[in-house]
Amino acid sequence: MMTKIFIAGFGGQGVLFSGKQIAKNGMNNGKEVTWLPCYGPESRGGTSYCSVIVADEEIGCPIISDPDILFAFNLPSFDKFESTVKSGGTMFIDSSLVTKKTARTDVTAYYVPATAMASDNGLTGGANVIMLGYFIKKTGMFDKEEFVSHLVDGIPASKAQLIENNKKAFELGYNYEM
Amino acid sequence: MAKVLMKGNEAIAEAAIRSGCRHYFGYPITPQTEVAEYMAKKMPKVDGLCLQAESEIAAINMVLGAAASGVRAMTSSSSPGISLKSEGISYLAGSDVPCLILNVQRGGPGLGGIQPAQSDYYQATKANGHGDLHLLVFAPSSVQEMASLTGKAFAIGDKYRMPAMILADGALGQMMEPVDFSEIDNTVAAEKDWAACGHGDKRKRNIVNSLYIQPEVLEELVVERFKKYSIVEENEVLYEEYMTEDADIVLVSYGIASRICKSAVAAARAKGIKAGLLRPITLWPYPKKALNKLADTAKQFLVVELNMGQMVDDVKVSIECKKPVSFFGRTGGMLPDPADVLAQIEKLAK
Repeated sequence: MMTKIFIAGFGGQGVLFSGKQIAKNGMNNGKEVTWLPCYGPESRGGTSYCSVIVADEEIGCPIISDPDILFAFNLPSFDKFESTVKSGGTMFIDSSLVTKKTARTDVTAYYVPATAMASDNGLTGGANVIMLGYFIKKTGMFDKEEFVSHLVDGIPASKAQLIENNKKAFELGYNYEM
Repeated sequence: MAKVLMKGNEAIAEAAIRSGCRHYFGYPITPQTEVAEYMAKKMPKVDGLCLQAESEIAAINMVLGAAASGVRAMTSSSSPGISLKSEGISYLAGSDVPCLILNVQRGGPGLGGIQPAQSDYYQATKANGHGDLHLLVFAPSSVQEMASLTGKAFAIGDKYRMPAMILADGALGQMMEPVDFSEIDNTVAAEKDWAACGHGDKRKRNIVNSLYIQPEVLEELVVERFKKYSIVEENEVLYEEYMTEDADIVLVSYGIASRICKSAVAAARAKGIKAGLLRPITLWPYPKKALNKLADTAKQFLVVELNMGQMVDDVKVSIECKKPVSFFGRTGGMLPDPADVLAQIEKLAK
């Protein structure tokens, strides 16, 4: 079993962070994982993306050209990578910023207005975590409680507000009904 | 010990510290700057030194100075920066001073680009500096190997008094994978009786030097050094074979490219094509014997690299041109897809 996840958006939306959360949970569940970021000018503003593979067996190529799961956090990413998703695959789309629907009928597409939900709830910058919450709900790929605890385990206790905001964002996404 | 999720660049830095390296001299360049960043955070905590030099040239000469005193020292850079270090690398080899040099390769020539490449193969294995010399060259293909080969590079380098290079690339430096540091070779170096570390008038002074004006003396030294190199070639070759036993088509590939090949070989097998992979882990010494042996059973070889075919001649020489050798590669920072490599395998299988 091997799941290839491609996450794309603007630099600053937490694309790389989201990928790391998935990789970390995979590792802590005894899976083989790879996390390959884009680096260079993209990470300072433009389009940002990362490839995450979670597998039971040894992972050969860490580069993904046909993802099972695509996260599209903005329109350029959706336009660029929509066609790459494997038939039978899944898309998680931030419908606040991606204003169109996929024309593909061979994939499952979830539309979550994550950016709007984040700003409506005073969680600006939390769209990625909202989307992760929805992703865990829909795929059941990892245990919810474990995922949340890994999500905040790097945050120092002095930043209690940040811990609360992340948990709140995750719950918002987890409980979202499309 | 539990595995930790780390970037290749960070894994090398952590492994170096665990291997007893307390002297790091660097200069920033993408895509290896995380090495310096990690060292800057961690070295002060272990009473070590992380120094950002004024240039790459200064950094390699600081490595020469530190390592000549017997300590484990290292520097890291990416392709253009390694070119700048060439003079110092030659001096290190000519002075028989062990150290670790990391090259996280990016596209070239010139300032090139910042995406992953393997176009410094010739430089690393043939022309890392002027003069008759070799470096130990290790080519990791995973973050775990970035860590474990760091320990090995220090240990083997000390054993033979040779500078060692880890030849990685931007993808390996930037990607994260789980690492288990309990596997790291942290063999403490034997006392270096040649080191210039102060004698307090208790013994004859040691001189670490690469200048020998008299040709008779220099020739003898170089010939002696090459006797050592042949022992290294006999004993320190590392490689991995994947599905080669009955392979008709043997791919030869190292580093990140070898992982793309592994996926392609598995896909070829699923289609009934007998493909295999030989992955050199040391690029010098090179796995000549293993390749030559495979040439007796395989029908042909396919070299896959992120350059224009720099390793092809090494394969041809190793197999004494017994079988045809073809090449597939991307360069300039582009990475092939396993499907691209599979297409080449299928073409050869026809």
